[in-house]
Amino acid sequence: MSSTARSLPVEQEPDLGGTEKERSELARAWRERSGFLGLLASADHKTIGKRYIVTAFGFFVLGGLEALAMRLQLARPENRFLNPDLYDQIFTMHGTTMMFFFAVPVMLGIRLYFVPLMVGTRNVPFPRLNAVGYWFYLIGGVYLYSSFFANGGPDAGWFDYVPLAGSEFSSGHRVDAWVQIINFTEVSALIVASSLIVTVFKQRAPGMSLNRIPLFVWSILVTMIMVIFAMPAVIFAAGSLNSDRTIGTHFFNAAEGGDALLWQHSFWFFGHPEVYIIFLPALGMVATILSASCRREVFGYTAIVLSLVSTGFLGFGLWVHHMFATGLPQMGQSFFTAASLMIAIPTGVQLFCWIATIWGSRPRLEPHLLFVLGFFFIFVIGGLTGLMLASVPLDLQVHDTFFVVGHLHYVLIGGAVFPLLGALYYWFPKMTGRFLGRRLAFFTFGFLFLGFNLTFFPMHELGFMGMPRRVYTYLPEKGWGPLNLLSTIGAGLIAVAILLFFVNVVRSLRRGARAGMNPWGAETLEWATESPPPVYNFGRLPVVSSRSPLWEEKELPVVTGLRTDRRELLVTHALDGTPSHREEVPGPSALPLIISITMSIGLIGSVFAVLWLPAGALASIPPALAWYWTEDEP
Amino acid sequence: MRRTGRGSCAALFLFAAGCRGVYSTLDPATREAARITTLHWVMYWMCAAFFFAMMTVLAVAVSRQRRSETPEGDRRRSVSVAVAAGSSSVLLLVLLAAIVVTGHANVAPAGAKALEIEVIGHQWWWEVRYPARSSAHDVTTANEIHVPVGRAVRLQLSSGDVIHSFWVPNLHGKKDLIPGRRTSQVFHVEKEGTFRGQCAEFCGYQHAHMGLIVFAESPRLFEAWLDRQRRLASEPAGGAERHGREVFLSSPCVLCHTIRGGGAFGHKAPDLTHLASRTTIASATLPNTPGHLAGWVTDPQSIKPGNRMPPNILAANDLDDLVSYLRSLR
Repeated sequence: MSSTARSLPVEQEPDLGGTEKERSELARAWRERSGFLGLLASADHKTIGKRYIVTAFGFFVLGGLEALAMRLQLARPENRFLNPDLYDQIFTMHGTTMMFFFAVPVMLGIRLYFVPLMVGTRNVPFPRLNAVGYWFYLIGGVYLYSSFFANGGPDAGWFDYVPLAGSEFSSGHRVDAWVQIINFTEVSALIVASSLIVTVFKQRAPGMSLNRIPLFVWSILVTMIMVIFAMPAVIFAAGSLNSDRTIGTHFFNAAEGGDALLWQHSFWFFGHPEVYIIFLPALGMVATILSASCRREVFGYTAIVLSLVSTGFLGFGLWVHHMFATGLPQMGQSFFTAASLMIAIPTGVQLFCWIATIWGSRPRLEPHLLFVLGFFFIFVIGGLTGLMLASVPLDLQVHDTFFVVGHLHYVLIGGAVFPLLGALYYWFPKMTGRFLGRRLAFFTFGFLFLGFNLTFFPMHELGFMGMPRRVYTYLPEKGWGPLNLLSTIGAGLIAVAILLFFVNVVRSLRRGARAGMNPWGAETLEWATESPPPVYNFGRLPVVSSRSPLWEEKELPVVTGLRTDRRELLVTHALDGTPSHREEVPGPSALPLIISITMSIGLIGSVFAVLWLPAGALASIPPALAWYWTEDEP
Repeated sequence: MRRTGRGSCAALFLFAAGCRGVYSTLDPATREAARITTLHWVMYWMCAAFFFAMMTVLAVAVSRQRRSETPEGDRRRSVSVAVAAGSSSVLLLVLLAAIVVTGHANVAPAGAKALEIEVIGHQWWWEVRYPARSSAHDVTTANEIHVPVGRAVRLQLSSGDVIHSFWVPNLHGKKDLIPGRRTSQVFHVEKEGTFRGQCAEFCGYQHAHMGLIVFAESPRLFEAWLDRQRRLASEPAGGAERHGREVFLSSPCVLCHTIRGGGAFGHKAPDLTHLASRTTIASATLPNTPGHLAGWVTDPQSIKPGNRMPPNILAANDLDDLVSYLRSLR
């Protein structure tokens, strides 16, 4: 179906949007099906991206309510609001939800929406597979919460250390729920990763050589490659735990020659890169917001790209700093200390480059810039406490205390949620055609910044005072009461901030001021089309000749010669972005949903009886066959 | 942790309050903990200085009103970024050296004269043993550890069920107790005192109440204590205590607890041979008083939900006598 088109004519066309006829043809070729069934069949990267974002915020609310419940329980010593059984479920659900169902998927959604737009293409290369990713994620989340509401929430922590999470000490199906959702969330992340790596390498607009890729896209590329290497480790770990629990293997059973530490190694080999998988996209958002706010290219493009890439490598060499207390040899630990300190260098280089970008630029103080400044303040603290955790002797004191709880929230909320909210404010006009309310956004920031620091700063101190993590209560004579109360009050302020954010979104969707194509005067390609973008993204695909196409050129040249009556993508060369050939992609279909359901039945059923697994696999064969059948005839 | 500008008064006050005490990482009682505290303050001040420098530069960058777009300005920015990155790398190297030196000093071997103590983690209490040359002189106790000042102490750590982590902040950092492995920790106590500790690895329902206490005493007091612990349980002196022992031996208590010399040989729960010599019960959760003891025996599940001790329904006088027997086990 593809034909070589190395000599596709490229001409100066002032009208990126194309003619009326082309547009109506494109709209017909790329249209989604209508009606309720049409919704289930969607294969557009923007629709699926938005679904990820909305669903992730749904889980964010659930995870946040769990956090509030924990803060209420800990507000005073010997509180009886939650019993240990419920508390253990809730802290496990909070960690699992925030890591697997909010932080990673919300970033997946944003990148699915914006990466194809930023590189100037019409859709991801495997749209139906992409839909499977979303359905898997959704079904996994629904399964986890159904278990939780049926008093079957996992209760051995989001880290599930064996033997506590093994069948001997966690009988029943609680931990099984955790083990299975790993398959759902990680498969969905792997699907998005493979889709977007191909998008970035093979579908960039002509002229967008590797050194002209927007920094956000670079951060996503590095993240996606990290996903490909990190997720299999946790799938292996969860799979082994699953077979230990269900069919009596002994991967982690010391009495039968297994090893409890094997779990920790394989879990943290995934778990530490996971932090960077959440945090690197946020760095890309910061770079994007800064260049638009300062109206200049981010300073030190090459240095930042190299920093991102080296963070991607170093991120895999740190996992042992979660295990310093397990008694590994001192010399080995020193290597991991060195790696953990070293990763501060690329992160530092990026911070310095961003300050150099702001320096002498008179930035516009829009809410998104404010969120970035908040990110600087909070993230630097989180990074520095990270250095303290990297230091073996000091780590042995603060490890598994509230100091770590403070640190990880400074890194993950400061490092990812602040840039995320900034990015949502920044990109909301593109996604919806309307601005988010400015005043409410400032209030959101104010409450969040204040509440955040009030909640999590005292936790560092609680760590020095010896308060371990994951305790459902504490004795009054320990003297942890006042700081915990302060922390609970702060959590209330955070809840207000998040509420304001949602009010702002709902109000702006109906009554927000209309936004044009490029309201912030930004430089990247997503601003070269309408807000919100049409289903085919660009009337004609742009051709770029610089890193900031919308600033450097008054009129973007465009690609002609692609068919407008079919779902055609332009495939380009990975290094220099020269056109290679045209490729058709499949359209909407309900098969991804059907196959997700049959496979989920197998996976979830296997928790109760192993035979469900082959049954689910068999049931998936007919939809898989139908899928291959229809893909050949678009 | 770093001071922020706002609210620093309150934070400083609280911080000072947290510095001293029987349960603090910043009030060291051993050589090892003292080294960690030194490293703590070195890192603390370096990080604080870096944070303030960074925030100042950022504030200046945001508030500067002049927009400069010259090639000269670009060159200056490149130099500044390179200098900042270079000097932070040097700082990190200094830090790495300090960390490695401290780390290696803290794992120096204890020597042949060290006092050996075995600590075995259970859900949710600590079994403590002082092995002697002949096993008849072994001492087994629970949740309260006595150590002499001025002599190296080596803890041999293992677990009877899940992973726990031994942590007495004033003495040393954490060390995990892992099933199927043996870990150890060495420290040299330099001042007398009573220090509290707690399990630091999530280990199930009562992780929150898996406490312990370390008594650091003069060598003379320590030897005297160890001598007393080696003896068998004292014979009941009065009628009430004798009846109490009968209650103990005829109730489920005897299935799990040991009283050496008292006819009880259970191995699932804390050794009670010298229960009355301990200051706390229920893993350093309740003071060891007759009232708490009676409450714990009758209804342990409402005090520590999910723990392994079943409730015991006893007649009032049986309970009273049982408690007086337990109180006699000095």
